[in-house]
This record gives sequence, structure tokens and C-alpha cells, in this order.
Amino acid sequence: MKVYIRSAASISAQKTFKQNGFLDEVIEYTGTRLPVIEPDFKAYIDPKLIRRMSHVIKRGVAAASECLKEAEVDMPGAIITGTAFGCMEDTITFLTRIVEGNEEMLPPTAFIQSTHNTVAAQIALMLKCHAYNNTFVHKGVSFEHALLDAIMLLNEQEADNILVGGTEEMVDTSFKVLSRLGLYKRWPVSNLALMHTISAGTIGGEGAAFFLLSDKADPANLAELRALKILFEPENIGQSILALLKEHNIKPEDIDLLITGKNGDTRNDAVYQQVISAIFPEHPIANYKHLCGEYPVANSFGLWLAANILKNASVPEVLLERAAPNLKPKKVLLYNHYQNKYHSLMLLDAV
Amino acid sequence: MSSKVYIVGLGVISGIGNNIAEHLASFEREEAGMAEISKLNTIHQGELPVAEVKLSNEELIAFTGLPVNSSRTSLLSSVAAKQALDDAAIPDLDTFRVGFVSANTVGGMDQSEDFFVDFLADNSKGKLRHVHDHECGSITEVVASQLGIHDIVTTISTACSSSANAIFYAARLIKNDIADVVIAGGADSLTKFTLNGFNTLMILDKEFCKPFDENRAGLNLGEGAGYLVLVSDKVMRTLNRKPYGLLSGYNNSNDAFHQTASSPEGTGSYFAMKGALAKAGLQPGDISYINLHGTGTPNNDSAEGTAIKRVFDPFYPPMSSTKSYTGHTLGASGGIEAVFSVLALEHQIIYPNLRFSTPMSEMPFAPVTSFLKDRPVKHVLSNSFGFGGNCTSLIFSVA
Repeated sequence: MKVYIRSAASISAQKTFKQNGFLDEVIEYTGTRLPVIEPDFKAYIDPKLIRRMSHVIKRGVAAASECLKEAEVDMPGAIITGTAFGCMEDTITFLTRIVEGNEEMLPPTAFIQSTHNTVAAQIALMLKCHAYNNTFVHKGVSFEHALLDAIMLLNEQEADNILVGGTEEMVDTSFKVLSRLGLYKRWPVSNLALMHTISAGTIGGEGAAFFLLSDKADPANLAELRALKILFEPENIGQSILALLKEHNIKPEDIDLLITGKNGDTRNDAVYQQVISAIFPEHPIANYKHLCGEYPVANSFGLWLAANILKNASVPEVLLERAAPNLKPKKVLLYNHYQNKYHSLMLLDAV
Repeated sequence: MSSKVYIVGLGVISGIGNNIAEHLASFEREEAGMAEISKLNTIHQGELPVAEVKLSNEELIAFTGLPVNSSRTSLLSSVAAKQALDDAAIPDLDTFRVGFVSANTVGGMDQSEDFFVDFLADNSKGKLRHVHDHECGSITEVVASQLGIHDIVTTISTACSSSANAIFYAARLIKNDIADVVIAGGADSLTKFTLNGFNTLMILDKEFCKPFDENRAGLNLGEGAGYLVLVSDKVMRTLNRKPYGLLSGYNNSNDAFHQTASSPEGTGSYFAMKGALAKAGLQPGDISYINLHGTGTPNNDSAEGTAIKRVFDPFYPPMSSTKSYTGHTLGASGGIEAVFSVLALEHQIIYPNLRFSTPMSEMPFAPVTSFLKDRPVKHVLSNSFGFGGNCTSLIFSVA
């Protein structure tokens, strides 16, 4: 069985949504938190509903709708999402009211929309889609587990045209708490200089990216997702990478481009650097988190990027850490880790 | 892909007991776990009954060996998951690909709530250790690490169907040859967040709940955890014992009607039950017992009842809602009720639906009202439905 990415839609800090070009214009931000460029939600959602929806719901629904539209699919065979924090905005709103109102006179809307499955549920509701619907909430591999579920559904021949997405929203409260936990840099940086500003901490981000997966070959497919491996505290990530390549009869030199989840944090990036030195010492390397920021499902942005790189057979300059002449990747390895606990590997082929 | 998935371990903790034996005893004595709130610090004490686990955090910490300040969700998860793994007693476990698929809806909210009081007053205040395990995934990670599981570890959150989906997913990991052994289920602890949330929806009964009764007035919240140990054919052959049963059918369908309310036709529940029967290759008449979702809210029970009528009419199997004992344990309910469903197969018993007196109008059936022993229980259907229209049905069968 093969797994193809039919379409992909990403709402991010860059002009990624509904664009004809591919990262033609890169947006520079200075700070430690990247915002999201919001699309015109009215094109996707009933204006009466827009007012009540939090950002993560609106973005999720819009990205899912656009993804289906680009694939020319009206009704997906399943809807699967990944998010570590879920609906933060509504969670914080309800929590604040509990504390401030001492548990009295609380309105229910924020609570109703605070459950982690709200995005997947709202997509199903909008489409009147009764099919399989699931939500994974496992930290930095929430999106990858949603993908694994989709791959299994295809393998079981239970469904086709599976809509899979990763969504995360950053609100002021979560940014403050995560800053206190030491995740971000202590001074503002230009995101475009992030990969040259290796120090403690990264920059925060948020976003929504959706994909339509099918096992059917089609000239319109963006890429083939050949393998997905999710690892929890692997003993030796380098060996895990080599094992995955071997399993698919691929040598490291067959990989045209390594895309990493480097984020400008010294300890974080050292993990990638070891893998690069050991396995990909001269390979072309691309990074992406300076464009979207770090968040638990940031790798959904990475997959959007990998799929578009393969479709376009070109790598935007802004991504490249190490270039190569005449680089037209046909085989890409996307490697991300989250706090060196969870690692994910995706092997993608051009179609 | 056609390989069977066997159940070889069970673990449960809830308002009616801290282990399997205590649960069986409470069922037979027809003793519900609901009482006045005694552990959760809330203004609703004395006003809303809930089914709290009888052990305090301190007792659970001592019992599990988890660190002080652990989320109560982790503590409950640890107790039940460890029980299930011990019950399975799989020799040479580390030679297999072992997974832990756990579900919850609140994560470490019980601790985050405390943090938030100080944080709101001053954003530089609030002890950070109280938010360390805020994420749902943290709860799973804490317990997976304690159990020494590394191969496949993940968390599902689909509101009140969460842990039914965890069991479903675990079975598929085995069938797709990704895992050999999976501990699957879920946990949720009572929090101010959920208690107040359900209270704003005005679906909490101020008395003990009366699922499937014409005069039902809402649900009672509960807390707990429930896990199954699922194994592949290959692992089963190495075990010198009989399995409790099989997970023979499952389906996940969406009601796609409303964020919180169920459709009057019970569309999602109907598809879930029909789909699970088809997957198991069974007819409605083959089902020996239905463990209802049966929350006790007017909306759920009428939608679920309508869906049951559509699937089973005119022959109804015995059915009951064990939430009349445990309250609604939210993200844990699918796991806890999966354990009860498997125990029904193992002991050939059917649980009563406590406090039932008047059948719902227009429903030509009524739940079981007394503890039944020596019943031929071959196939049990377990329903779990949640916010967001997430409907999952599982079928457990004798091996």
C-alpha cells in the first residue's frame, strides 16, 4: 500500500495559505513569538459562528476546508487531528471565570468549546461528516499519531481521502507560562536570524495545517509519504534513522534533502547536529522553524513544506542551511524532535 | 490484518472500588459510589453528588510511588494500568513491542487550577511544578515511564468516548502489526473545571442519577481509570492461560449534529452500533448485554435509546448503565466500562441499572434492575458517546 498526500493547506506565520507561489515572499518578525496570518474566515465559516469560535477552531476549520477544496473532495473518509494543548483560548477563558467568579454565574460556551476534539468535531459538523473522527493529544507527536492513524485506516481499506491535521494556538497566558518554563529566548530576535542565533530558548509559534491522504496514485498528488516513524526516548536516534532507511532499502546518500526541526535553541539543535555529522555530513539541509516558530505540532508545517518542495522540485532559499547546486529533491527525510523526548521521521518521495 | 485481538489483563479504579474484586462486590451489593463531594475543593460541596475515588492524593502517591504534586489523573491512571499489566503477567514482556494508549480529557487540570489562582493574581506567581503535567499527553507519559513502556505511547482525547477510542486504536496497532501488546484505556480525575463546566450546561442531577428512566434529571460526575491489556494472536500462543475474551467489533462514527447535544435520531450512536456489529460479523440478536453510555441526561438517553430501538427492535438484549454506580467518569468511562463488559463475559453476570423505576416513553424496553448471575453472556456491546458527536461502540466476545 502507498500513502499519497493529495493536498495540503497551512495557516502559519508566513503567506502559506491559498498562495499561487511557494514562499515567494518571506515575512520577518522581531520578537520571541510568531503570530499567524489569519485568512478571511468568511469564505469558510458562517459569520454568525465566526464570532463564537476561538482562533484554533476557525483556523482548523478553514485549513481543513481549503485542503478538501484543493483535493476536489467534498466528503472525507475520516477526520483526524492532533493537538497538544487543544483549545487553549477557551480553556483559559473558562478557568479565569471560575477563579474570578468563584464558580458562580459561568456561561457555558467556553467550556463547550474547550474539549480537545472541538476542531475535528466542528469540521465534521460543518461537512455533516459521520465518518471516523479522532483526536490525538500526545505532546510533540500529536500530529504524527494522527498521521499514523490515517495510514492504518488506509492500510485496513477502511477509508480513503482521509483528512489529517495539526492545530495549535498560542494565547498570552500560555506564552507567559511557557516563557517562565524557559522555552523561549530572553530577548527579541529576528526570526530570519534564528538559525544564526543559537542560544538558550527558541521562539514560540502556532498554526494549523491539514492534509488529504489517499492510497490512490494521481498526477495531482503532491508527494508520497513512504514511511513514518514515531519514537519515544530512543536509545540512539542515529541508529533508528539508519534502521528506517534500511527497512526501505534506502542508503543515506539516496536522500536528496534533510529537513530538520532546528529551532535556534542550543540543546535542541545539538541533537540534530549529531545526526547530521554522523549520517548526513554533506547533505543539503533545510530548516523551517524560523518561519513558523516552535509549537507541539510545528512538524505539520514541516510536512506541508516537504510536500511542496517535492511538488515544486525546488527548495526556497530561506530554508537552506546547506545548499547544493541544481537541487531538485526527489527524496526527502523530515526529522523533528520535541525536547529530545519524542522524535519523528518521515520519508517522502516525489510522485 | 485478520488476526484476533485478545484481552488478557484488566485494571480498574473508580468510586465503587480500587480493584476488580472491590468492583464485583459493589456491583453485587448494588452499592453506588456517589456521595457528597469530600475531596474536591469547590463551592458545590453538599449540593452536587459525585462518585469520587475513595483514596486521597496522599494515599495514591504512597500507593503508586509517583512524585508529590502528581496530577490525580496520573495517580488514577497509574493504579489501574499497573493492575492490568500485573493481571496480564506476560512473561518476557520486553521481548515484545509494547504500547500504552491512554486517554483523558482533563490532563493535569486539577493541578493547573491551583496554579491559576496565584497566576491570575500575579503573572509571575504560581508554582510551575503545578503546570508541568497540564497536557493530556503528560499523564500518559508519566505512567508509560513508570511502567517502562517505550515502543508506542500515545494519548487520545475525544471527550467522553476517549478511552473507548484508545482501546479501538490499540486493537488496530496490533492488527497492523505495529504492536504485540498494548495497555489501553483511560483516566480522568474530578476537577473544578469539569464540574463547573457540566454545571453550566445544567445537566448535573442534584440527586443520584437515574439513567434511562423517564424521570431522569442529569448525570453525576465520577472519576477513575480503567485499562485492558490487549495482545496479538502471536503473544496469546505464548501465554499459558485462557484470555478473558476478544475485542471483536468496534466502530467510531460522528453524529455531526451539534457540539454538545446528540441528534434526536441518535444518528452517530446508530452508526457506531451498526458498524461495530458489522465489524464483529454479528447480528443484533447475538448481543447478550449492552453496557449503555447511559449518562442520565434527558438528551443522551433519549438519543441512545432511539438508536438502540433502530438497531435492536423488536428483540432487546438486557442492558444497563453502570454509570448508575460510578457516575460519569468522562474520558475514563470507555475504559472502565470496557473492564465491566469483559468481567460480564468472564463471570457470566449482568449489572443492574440502579434507581430505575419508569421506562422512557416511546421506548419499548427497560434496563435490568437487579444483579443477574449465571447468565449466558457471549457478546457485550459497550457504548461511549461524547461531546463533538464522537460516538464509539465496542463489542467484547468470549474467546
